[in-house]
Amino acid sequence: MAEAYFPVGPGLGPEENFLSLDDILMSQEKLPGRAESNLPRLAFALGQGSGAGSGDSIPEGSKLEIPMWLAKGLHDSKRRLISVELPKIYKEAWRTVFSADANVVDLHKMGPYYYGFGSQLLNFDNPENPEIAQCILQTFINRFRRIMDSSQNAYNEDTSSLVARLDELERALFQAGQKGLNDFQCWEKGQASQITVSSLVQNYGKRKFTEMDG
Amino acid sequence: MVGERAVGLVRELQSAAGGRLPPFRAEELGQTLEEMRTLYERNQADVSEAKSGRTDLIFLIRFRHCCLLRNQRCIVAYLYDRLLRIRALRWEYGSILPNTIQFHMAAEEVEWFNRYKKSLATYMRSVGGEEGLDLTQDIKPPKSLYIEVRCLRDYGEFEIDDGTTVLLKKNSQHFLPRWKCEQLIRQGVLEHILS
Repeated sequence: MAEAYFPVGPGLGPEENFLSLDDILMSQEKLPGRAESNLPRLAFALGQGSGAGSGDSIPEGSKLEIPMWLAKGLHDSKRRLISVELPKIYKEAWRTVFSADANVVDLHKMGPYYYGFGSQLLNFDNPENPEIAQCILQTFINRFRRIMDSSQNAYNEDTSSLVARLDELERALFQAGQKGLNDFQCWEKGQASQITVSSLVQNYGKRKFTEMDG
Repeated sequence: MVGERAVGLVRELQSAAGGRLPPFRAEELGQTLEEMRTLYERNQADVSEAKSGRTDLIFLIRFRHCCLLRNQRCIVAYLYDRLLRIRALRWEYGSILPNTIQFHMAAEEVEWFNRYKKSLATYMRSVGGEEGLDLTQDIKPPKSLYIEVRCLRDYGEFEIDDGTTVLLKKNSQHFLPRWKCEQLIRQGVLEHILS
């Protein structure tokens, strides 16, 4: 592992971390919405028009798909420009699926940032917010046990089938578990004091460094 | 779509796993800054129009402002994360970076690396008494003063403290003091063998 590299992690709860790469990619995910009034020239900017330029305007009431960062920026409870709807995975129907059995759901396919995106959804005033929050929390609790178990018991094997259906937060947890397992095994074998090559060097490929000298 | 280029930079960086440093995308960065400049200028023009009565432009101004903030966030996070990776290189690799890695760095980043090196060296000299304390050594707890190492590639002559030189040829094995070898092992020249 690259021990000395500590990236800025995603934010927890309703606040994103400004510098977190994870949060930037998470807020790029789209959500459905509706235009609440005539929006001039927006079609071109959103890449949805045929590129005619300043003539395109989106009429009131039409459906839009906008990224989360734009939704948060344009959202204003006083001046109704855009209203956002919940993506289907956070709606009533899917919530019952989650409460029935959270472990079978492929969270990676359902938008790889289920927990982060869901937490950001709570920023919009939606009457279903308490249920959404409860659902996200319960899903995490139900799935966590399996993630912990599998990460602690998969040693030196191909884990792609285990992580395939996990969302990004869960994958990070899985990796943390794997790292703990590998470090422990390394210690048990007496290799903890062995100086190893820095993984940053290994990742640059097999180019011979002697060729670059001079 | 506005902001795509900036997010593309972030995406590439995120997919470079294990703290690896991908090449510095100066061109994409320049294009994003150009996009920001255009947005800003258009907003400047529209704000004065909006103040004189055209309230239907307010939405557009706000939209452009969101895009500006988004681009700014992506660029700042991109540059900051790269610095974190470069900082990690000092600790993991050593104070002299190989050319392959330097190719991937912008001139300002190299400058930053040099200043960080200097800061670290000053700090290390100030702790631990007269000679200072090399904090980048002994990352793993040492078990012995001398260690067995095998050479992974031809390195050349290597001088140890008592004056003797050792020829590091590929696959040769040596019994050397730990503090001299640590950096070479981390750089992949030597391999630490446990008995």
